[in-house]
Amino acid sequence: MKQILRLRINNQNYEVYAPIHKTLLEILREDLNLTGTKHGCELGECGTCTVLIDGEPVLSCLILPVAVQGRAITTIEGMADGIMPHPLQTAFAELGAAQCGYCTPGMLLTSKALLDQNPQPTRDEIKHALAGNLCRCTGYTKIYEAVEQASKT
Amino acid sequence: MPNNHNLSVIGHAQIKIDAMGKVTGETKYADDLVLPRMVYGKLLRSVYPHARIIGIDASRARALPGVFAVITGKDLPIKYGIMPSTQDEEALCVDRVRFVGDPVAAVAAIDEETAERALELIEVEYEPLAPVMNIRDALDEKFPQIHAYADHHNIHKFVALEFGDLDAGFRAAEYVREDVFFYEGDTHLAMEEHACIGHFSADGKLTLYSSTQTPHYVHRALEKALQFPRGHIRVIAAPVGGGFGGKTDPFSHEVVACKLSMLTGRPVKITLTREEVFYTHRGRHPVLMWIKSGVKRDGQITALHFKTILDGGAYGSYGIASTYYTGALQTVTYKIPTYKFEGVRVFTNKPPCGPKRGHGTPQPRFGLEVHLDKIARELNLDPAEMRRKYVVDDGTQTVNHLTITSCGLRECIDEVVKASDWKNRKSQIPNSKSQIKRGLGIACSSYLSGAGLPIYWNDLPHSGVIVKVDRGGGVAVFCGSTDIGQGSDSLLAYIAAEEFGLKPQDIKVFSADTDLTPVDLGSYSSRVTVMTGNACIQAARIVKEKILQASAEKLLVPPASLAMRDGVVICEDDENRKLSFVQAINLAEAKFGTLTGTGSYKPPKRAGPFKGSGVGPSPSYSYSACVAAVAVDTETGEVKVEKLFLAHDGGRAINPLSVIGQTEGSAYMGFGEALMEESAFRKNMHKIPSLLDYKSPTTLDTPELHAILVETIDPEGPYGAKEAGQGPLLPVPPAIANAIFDAVGVRIDEVPITPDKVLRALEEKSKGNAPRFGPKDFPVIKMPEAIKVEPPDAKHAPRLVQ
Repeated sequence: MKQILRLRINNQNYEVYAPIHKTLLEILREDLNLTGTKHGCELGECGTCTVLIDGEPVLSCLILPVAVQGRAITTIEGMADGIMPHPLQTAFAELGAAQCGYCTPGMLLTSKALLDQNPQPTRDEIKHALAGNLCRCTGYTKIYEAVEQASKT
Repeated sequence: MPNNHNLSVIGHAQIKIDAMGKVTGETKYADDLVLPRMVYGKLLRSVYPHARIIGIDASRARALPGVFAVITGKDLPIKYGIMPSTQDEEALCVDRVRFVGDPVAAVAAIDEETAERALELIEVEYEPLAPVMNIRDALDEKFPQIHAYADHHNIHKFVALEFGDLDAGFRAAEYVREDVFFYEGDTHLAMEEHACIGHFSADGKLTLYSSTQTPHYVHRALEKALQFPRGHIRVIAAPVGGGFGGKTDPFSHEVVACKLSMLTGRPVKITLTREEVFYTHRGRHPVLMWIKSGVKRDGQITALHFKTILDGGAYGSYGIASTYYTGALQTVTYKIPTYKFEGVRVFTNKPPCGPKRGHGTPQPRFGLEVHLDKIARELNLDPAEMRRKYVVDDGTQTVNHLTITSCGLRECIDEVVKASDWKNRKSQIPNSKSQIKRGLGIACSSYLSGAGLPIYWNDLPHSGVIVKVDRGGGVAVFCGSTDIGQGSDSLLAYIAAEEFGLKPQDIKVFSADTDLTPVDLGSYSSRVTVMTGNACIQAARIVKEKILQASAEKLLVPPASLAMRDGVVICEDDENRKLSFVQAINLAEAKFGTLTGTGSYKPPKRAGPFKGSGVGPSPSYSYSACVAAVAVDTETGEVKVEKLFLAHDGGRAINPLSVIGQTEGSAYMGFGEALMEESAFRKNMHKIPSLLDYKSPTTLDTPELHAILVETIDPEGPYGAKEAGQGPLLPVPPAIANAIFDAVGVRIDEVPITPDKVLRALEEKSKGNAPRFGPKDFPVIKMPEAIKVEPPDAKHAPRLVQ
């Protein structure tokens, strides 16, 4: 069954006519061409597909868009201010926190949610905030350092 | 630290050229690509570990609206595989399935849901065969044979090599010890699932976009499996979302996407699910090991006898090379005057094993380094000192004919000993009353900077680079190498920038496209920095020489007085005489015509004079040392690794930020293998094919990582660089196992080291039995007679001390 979904993504309003059982991840990637959101399992296990809903990190592979109509959805494409990257994006690039880069959008959005609520987190608070986002490349250290650098700007 | 002050880019921390694309979500990985009229492919996979295919009825699937094509093994009957000697894979199984997950049919449909419904309509009739699920079954001839081409029944491959006089080595020993170890299999778990698009276009040309580490080898396999001329096939590797060796084989889904496109005339995308990635595998071989060594009282090795049995899974993959690699690199860390290696790879009905980070060497390194730790304890020697004393020297030719161009292992040991305060460590075995006991353990290792020989025999370059300079000032570098996150695209930019006096961001890199870029063999065996790096220097310097010659004529100075830096060509003797980069290249193009340079790299020919000598040689070897600090809970058996100190000699660090990143990432992955990760099977099925159940380290598990760079300047490397992407993983599992012994006095001779194993070893200890958990014995296998190889007669070879 198809339905019109009204979604507010990165401060833009979208109307999508799509099957209601499609996940938010699928709508973002397949219907809206917002392919910056990645997938690692589509079962809610890896954190790769994280987006923000009203500022909170959620797994877009487990969300049905009908449930989040009218709420503020932020994807990686909405993180920069125009051509000005978010301090977290700059810090991730400068400190080598993105190797293959595939988990990076999810890591960045989860980190943004953390800094928005806790602008000066400790290393331990960063670890806890990112515990649901798997990264296979970095060993996480450069990611912590990048979040810390961004928290100082 | 080496002197970097004559270098403006190399040796300095750099932002990778693709970093902003990755942090903004702009980078397009394979599954992000969409082509007009694209349809979706899906594979039907075997539900039996071992069965004959009696028949397949796809008529109902073909009749489903929205289905464009259904194919089976009959449509793709030609076998392929990565190694020329083991062409044993079918894109879709023709008459036999060999593991749960082996693909048997494929569909192309208007969307993924329709494709999945079509798969449900395909009826496959199987005749189940007895599955061979472990090494023991594979050695038992009452089980059916999996591949007729095996050396003997289900023994895929025998290797037996003896270097020097092993008996004399044991006679010279003052202490002899035997141990048995087991290293469980595990998998790469790259965050990106494999994806590809096959596109057979109206002009009759075929293009494959794929998340592959080895577009060149995929190119070759497609030609064979599809029986379509390679000159009309183009393979483009999209940026790869993590590889670790898991995307280095040519895969069924790649062949199938192309075939379905050739049948439908539409682009066909196939993206594997996470569960399918677990079946696709090619991960770490489970390896059973037996080690016997003879040493002097001070720890000097006089003889080493090493046996391995690899559980290869259902197909050959890289397995022949993996088997040799379980024996090749034992000799490149410490002086070993006599050495015998006997390796066996068996076939089993499990997903095929292949190369994972460290390819075939983490398992024997685990065994060897724990074995040496036991020797040090027995002989009352400091495990760090004992190792340090007998590290190989620069210029060594090992007993198995490997050449060490530079070795920074002594410095690596010194660095981790210092950083961990090793000398003041207090083993807590006797005195601590707490249930938490702490200990330190050390281990060392070495890895190759690229395989000295290609996978298929040929005399061609291993890496090619074209540098082209546009009269507007644009510099483009073309190379077949594949960026899997390790930064190989950036490496090309750093080198071109260094040579032309520009910034890395000024360089455009075009990579991994078989139509546009010269061949590079791929991102495996840690080969890219040394091989593409050297090819890039050569290509850039050809262009640079033309620029300097033309500039010299204009400035009326000798070319040797000119330098390229800060975007200008400048006379070192008279800084008023200078040209902008754009002025200089226009002069050069006017004088020489279109400005391009090509570079090619072939490794030095150093293979020894014996069959099997092709695995092991490399232009250079990296070195690593690790100290692990652990806390063991004696009540629960849980091991917490609190810190890993890891010093790595990767030669000159071209971008220290990236080398530290590779070192930390390797340490993390080694930690996961040591304590958590295993490709386990139950009831003939993969027990845990999901990211939730296959335990990999999260932020809360991963220890504090202290990476330390030791920069030897290697004569073979570009600006002295060696490898960093794999080697630092190797010492981590044995360092952790040795630290556990230091903490609680038990030996866990098997990874992963899970709490139940620690508790069982502690129980044995409390009963007064051998304080150990691990394999009890090693099977007796009738091996062929070992090929006897004379050690090299070079004066630098290690000698047997009587």
